[in-house]
Amino acid sequence: MNQLLFLLEKEFRQVFRNPAILRSVLVMPFIQLLIFPFAANFEVKNVLLSIVDHDHSSYSQKFISKITSSGYFILTDYSPSYQKAITAIERDKADLIVEIPQGFEKNLVRENKGTMLLAVNAVNGTKANLGGAYAANIIRDFNTEIQMQWMTFPAFNAIPTIEITSSNWYNPTMNYKDFMVPGILVTLLTMIGTFLSSLNIVQEKEIGTIEQINVSPIHKSIFIIGKLIPFWIMGLATLTIGLLVSRLFYQIIPIGNIGLIYLFAMVFLVALLGVGLLVSTYAETQTQATFVGFFIMMLFMLLGGLYTSIDSMPEWAKWITKVNPVAYFIEVMRMIVLKGSGFTDIKYHLLSVLGLAVFFNSWAILNYRKRS
Amino acid sequence: MVFSEEKRTEIRSAHVTNKILKMKQFIIFVQKEFYHIFRDRKSLLIIIMMPIVQIILFGFALTNEIKDSNIAIFDNSKDITTAKIIQRLDASRYFNVAKIIHTQEEIETVFKTGKIRLVVVFQPEFEKDLLHGNHAAVQLIADATDPNTATTVTNYATSIIRDYQSDLNVLVQTPYLVTPQLHMLYNPQLKGAYNFVPGVMAMILILISAMMTSVAIVREKEINTMEVLLVSPLKPLLFILSKAIPYIFLSLVNVSTILMVSVTLLEVPINGSLLLLMAEALLFIATAVSLGLMISNITASQQTALMISLMGLLLPTLLLGGFMFPIESMPKPLQIASNLVPSKWFFIIVKDVMIKGLGFKTVWKETLILFGMTLFFLSISLSKFKTRLA
Repeated sequence: MNQLLFLLEKEFRQVFRNPAILRSVLVMPFIQLLIFPFAANFEVKNVLLSIVDHDHSSYSQKFISKITSSGYFILTDYSPSYQKAITAIERDKADLIVEIPQGFEKNLVRENKGTMLLAVNAVNGTKANLGGAYAANIIRDFNTEIQMQWMTFPAFNAIPTIEITSSNWYNPTMNYKDFMVPGILVTLLTMIGTFLSSLNIVQEKEIGTIEQINVSPIHKSIFIIGKLIPFWIMGLATLTIGLLVSRLFYQIIPIGNIGLIYLFAMVFLVALLGVGLLVSTYAETQTQATFVGFFIMMLFMLLGGLYTSIDSMPEWAKWITKVNPVAYFIEVMRMIVLKGSGFTDIKYHLLSVLGLAVFFNSWAILNYRKRS
Repeated sequence: MVFSEEKRTEIRSAHVTNKILKMKQFIIFVQKEFYHIFRDRKSLLIIIMMPIVQIILFGFALTNEIKDSNIAIFDNSKDITTAKIIQRLDASRYFNVAKIIHTQEEIETVFKTGKIRLVVVFQPEFEKDLLHGNHAAVQLIADATDPNTATTVTNYATSIIRDYQSDLNVLVQTPYLVTPQLHMLYNPQLKGAYNFVPGVMAMILILISAMMTSVAIVREKEINTMEVLLVSPLKPLLFILSKAIPYIFLSLVNVSTILMVSVTLLEVPINGSLLLLMAEALLFIATAVSLGLMISNITASQQTALMISLMGLLLPTLLLGGFMFPIESMPKPLQIASNLVPSKWFFIIVKDVMIKGLGFKTVWKETLILFGMTLFFLSISLSKFKTRLA
């Protein structure tokens, strides 16, 4: 116990004497959390539209004014031919081409049907999907309008219709920040935790001070625990700052129990730091540790369910998310903060992360050798 | 002063020898850097293998598409029509009916435990109302903690139910119908890789190149070999270039392997000129390496250099690089800030050249911007380079 206290004293001195570490733990998350949630917005507001109208009829005009006034599209290009419109897509001046063929009105009036071509730039799947869906909706409305104009409907409803109502729970205003701020907070915690802990032991190796530890009677598990605790405390400090920022600047007040967030974060940090220390015991130089740390960090973050949905991933990638503590924490954060989930709802997540914590830390202790 | 003809040739040849000598010095310095890199086998292996693994993992796993979402059914009617609709939902690639619930309270519970994205609620007597009253109601309740997923799953479910409805009404003629033909340009299968391969490529190239270069000079400071280098006759510019060349070479190896993996495994085609793509990649690497050198020049320890290059670059490239979040949806100040992120420009270039198959004419502006950034970083490194130890 005494040994541990001395080790802790040493580690804390090192931390407090290194302004770079303190800055990265306290100031950087603060700034990044203030800026980046504004960037993290999947909402596709403005689909850039290019129109090729070969018909120039009152119906095509009517359709064009309908689609441009819908609010989803910005008309950026009005081309005489499809080829010209494609150039607009190539230059990213347009995302969607609507081509109205010659004789559109004639066909619609005489044969009761017309066609038009929608071509979307599908490199970015979200935009393509949404743009196509918006346009299809507008065409459906357009159809109904014409029908209303030309047909007299019977007084009672002759066609079986299913009325669909939808509601959005937990976030009725569909605010992206409610969703992103807790997630980005976890990302920041992950970055700091992995980075600092993966550099830590290897730095002692590189500057040679590890020798002094190796000749001391300190047991290696005490050594690892001594390394872990300071970062663990700093991680909790970062979390506190992050929660304060989300409360003060984004008005995000957890619906669930805040103590539960801390409980989960405590276990999560042990798992995360365990990964970092594991990297540190394998690496020979700080560069190696950073590279491997970076690799794991990217893996944890991108396969964490914050940026793209885990449901859509292939099976093998879903298995990776099962050993990813970040994926659990992001989900738990959302559950507690937005849905008010309680202990019983998250106990499976908690147990999984606890298991990961034990696994990574035992591995780190086993792998650390007190001889070179 | 007038020199004799002999003297003049002598001076000239001395000049030439001097130049050759300088060239030789430079080559030796470059050679030294290569030794540094090749003798650290473990690091070399990490640097070569990491991009390959990353591009495979992320190329396959990341997609903007939302599919296989778990949904729950709360069926108050339990008749043939609802069974048919449920079956259609389950059969589509977007949904997977994971739970059948029986009470209103259970909706709350399934959302709170996490995995369910949408609950479909059928009103009692659904079939009877639909077939006799011609009007039945269904309610879609989405877990909107993730607004994007909520909107998309609601849209998907709505269109599946609408399809069912129009199949019911197939006998009833609906006149005046405009039918759209939808074309998906460049990416008919809507593969996520077409967007994420260029994006992840830009991201890992800049991070890896900047990170490995950022320690190049500061390491010499830290292990005290800098003094030896400073007393050598090599000019600062050449010294900096000698540090850059090996890393540019390594990054080019990375580009080649990334492209090879993308084409063979991920089946992302190179529609444009490979030569142009490689040339642009070379320019982008030069930008990244000079950024790394700049960091290396202004920091005092490896740890700080790595922290700046990793922590300072990771989130901006991920969030403002354009491949994850649409830049045009961001607030104006962030849109402007995104112009400072080099990977944004490279992402545009790769998308245009590799996926759309366009030529230099469309990407000259982006190329010019990257070129300007490279010059800027290099000149900062040069002006911050100290020929003396503090």
